[in-house]
Amino acid sequence: MAASHPQFDRRMARRQWEGRAFQGLCLLAVAVALALLVVLLVYLAHQGLSRVSWEFITSFPSRVPEQAGIKAALLGSIYVVTIAAVVAFTLGVCTAVYLEEYSVRNWRTRIIQVNITNLAGVPSIVYGILGLEIFVRSLGLGRSVLAGGLTMALLVLPIVIIAAQEAIRSVPPSLREGAYALGATRWQAIWHLVLPQAMPGILTGLILAVSRALGETAPLIVMGALTFVPFAPDGPLSRFTVLPIQIFNWTSRPQAGFHEAAAAGIIVLLVLLLTMNAAAIVLRNQFQRRPEG
Amino acid sequence: MQSSDPILQTRGLSVYYGNKQAVSDITLDVVRHRITAIIGPSGCGKSTLLRCFNRMNDLIPKFRATGQVLFEGRDLYSPTVDPTEIRYQIGMVFQRPNPFPKSIFDNVAFGPRINGFRGNLAELVESSLIRAALWEEVKDRLTSSALSLSGGQQQRLCIARALAVQPQVILMDEPCSSLDPIATLAIEDLMRELSTEYSIVIVTHNMQQAARVSDFTTFLMGVEKLGGQIIEYGETRLIFTNPKDERTEAYITGRFG
Repeated sequence: MAASHPQFDRRMARRQWEGRAFQGLCLLAVAVALALLVVLLVYLAHQGLSRVSWEFITSFPSRVPEQAGIKAALLGSIYVVTIAAVVAFTLGVCTAVYLEEYSVRNWRTRIIQVNITNLAGVPSIVYGILGLEIFVRSLGLGRSVLAGGLTMALLVLPIVIIAAQEAIRSVPPSLREGAYALGATRWQAIWHLVLPQAMPGILTGLILAVSRALGETAPLIVMGALTFVPFAPDGPLSRFTVLPIQIFNWTSRPQAGFHEAAAAGIIVLLVLLLTMNAAAIVLRNQFQRRPEG
Repeated sequence: MQSSDPILQTRGLSVYYGNKQAVSDITLDVVRHRITAIIGPSGCGKSTLLRCFNRMNDLIPKFRATGQVLFEGRDLYSPTVDPTEIRYQIGMVFQRPNPFPKSIFDNVAFGPRINGFRGNLAELVESSLIRAALWEEVKDRLTSSALSLSGGQQQRLCIARALAVQPQVILMDEPCSSLDPIATLAIEDLMRELSTEYSIVIVTHNMQQAARVSDFTTFLMGVEKLGGQIIEYGETRLIFTNPKDERTEAYITGRFG
C-alpha cells in the first residue's frame, strides 16, 4: 500500500463502485437493444415463418392472401439495389478521389464538402421528388426500375462518398510519396496503391449504402413505384415494386392472411439484406488478405 | 567549390512555404559517383533542399522556389520539365521505410511496371535486390508481404525499389534514423558500394554517419527569417578535421544541434 498523503482523498471504494455502475449501465443498454431485436425476430418468425416457402418467393401477388407471393417485389428490390450500388459506387469513388487527391483545399472545396455531409441528412422523400422530376419526367425514363435505381443511387451517394473519402484519407501519405519518387503519375499512384488500400473501407461504406437502399420506401412511392405488380421486371424500363412497398401494402390490408404474408416478406427482406452484406464482407476480406495488389 | 564533374547543381536556390522561407541562396554542386552528405541542426532545411532535387516539394501546397536546380545542366524547375519524368532518374529513399503493402517482388517490380519496362522483369528484380544486398535474405520468399520484413530489410527493399528504375542519383532522407545500429551499418556499407555506380545525396543528423560514408559534406544552418544557408561545403575529410567556420566546428564537436 502506498503511503497516504493528506492532500489526497482517494476514495477508492467509491471510484470502483462508479466504474462498475457505468459498466452495468452499458451492459443494460446492450441487453435492451438485443432483447428488442429478439422480440422482433421471434414475432416475425411466429407470424410469418410458416408462409415462407419456395412458392411464396416464386409467386406473384394475389387477391387471395394464401396465394400471394413476393416474386415481383423481390426481383424489383434486387434490380433497384444493384443499379443503385453500381451507380453510387462509381460516382462516389470518383468524387471521393477527386476531393481527396486532386482538388486544392480552398473555400470552394469546403462548400462542396459541407454540402455532401448535409446531403447525407436530407429526408429520403426529397430524393424521391428529385428522382421524379429528373429521371421520370425530364429524362423520360418513366416510373421504371431504372429510374428507381438511379433515385436510390442519389440517395446513398453521400454515404458512399463520405466513406470513400475517409478510406482514402487513411492511406498513409508515405505510400503516395514512395510511388511518386519512382516516377509514378498521380493516376498510377491512385490506381495501384491508394485505391487497393482504401477498398476495404470503401466497401464498408457500400454495405451501409446498400442496406439503406434496400429498406427505403418513401422515395420510390413518390416517384411512382407500383404496389400491385403481377409481373417480373423484364428490362430497365419495366414498371416495378420493391419489398418494403409490398410489405407496407400487405400490412394495410384487413385480412389476417396478408399480415402473415407481410411478416414472411420481412423475413425475406432480412435474409436478402444479410446475404448482400455477407457478400460485401467476403469481398472486403479478399482485399484485406491478399499480399500483392 | 566548383567541381569538375557535377551531376546536380543548385544556383542561388531559395525555397518558400507561403511566406516562410525554408532555405536561402543555396549554391552547391553534387559530384558524380560520390556521396554528398547534408548535415545540420533540426529544422535547418536539409530535407527541403534534398526534396528540391526530385521536385518532391511540388506536392506541398504553397511551395515556391527561386533560383535554379540543374540536373546534367538542365533546369529541373523549368516549365517544360515534367516532375514525374525526372523522378525515375533521381530516386529517393525516405526517413521511414515505406514499402508498399504488396509482395517483396511486386515492390521492386512496381517502378519498372509503371515506367513501361519491357525486358525480363524477374531478372531486373533479382539484380536490384542483389545490388541492395537483400537478395540472399529474401530469395526464397519473394511472394511474401514486404511488411513481414524487419525495418532494416524494409529500408534495403526501398533501396532496391529505387534502383530498379535505373536512376542516376539516389537521394536519401535520413535513411537510418529509424533503424538499429546493425541495420544502420548494413545500409552504410551498401551506400559505399552503390557510390561506384550512382551519385548519392544523403541527409543525416548523425555526424558520425556523414563522416563515415560521405565524400563531400555540406553544413547547413538556419538563419533568422532566411531559413537554412550553407555555412560550409567541402571534402568530408577537411570539414571534419579542419573546419574553416567556427559554427561548423561547434556543430561537429557537438556543442549544439
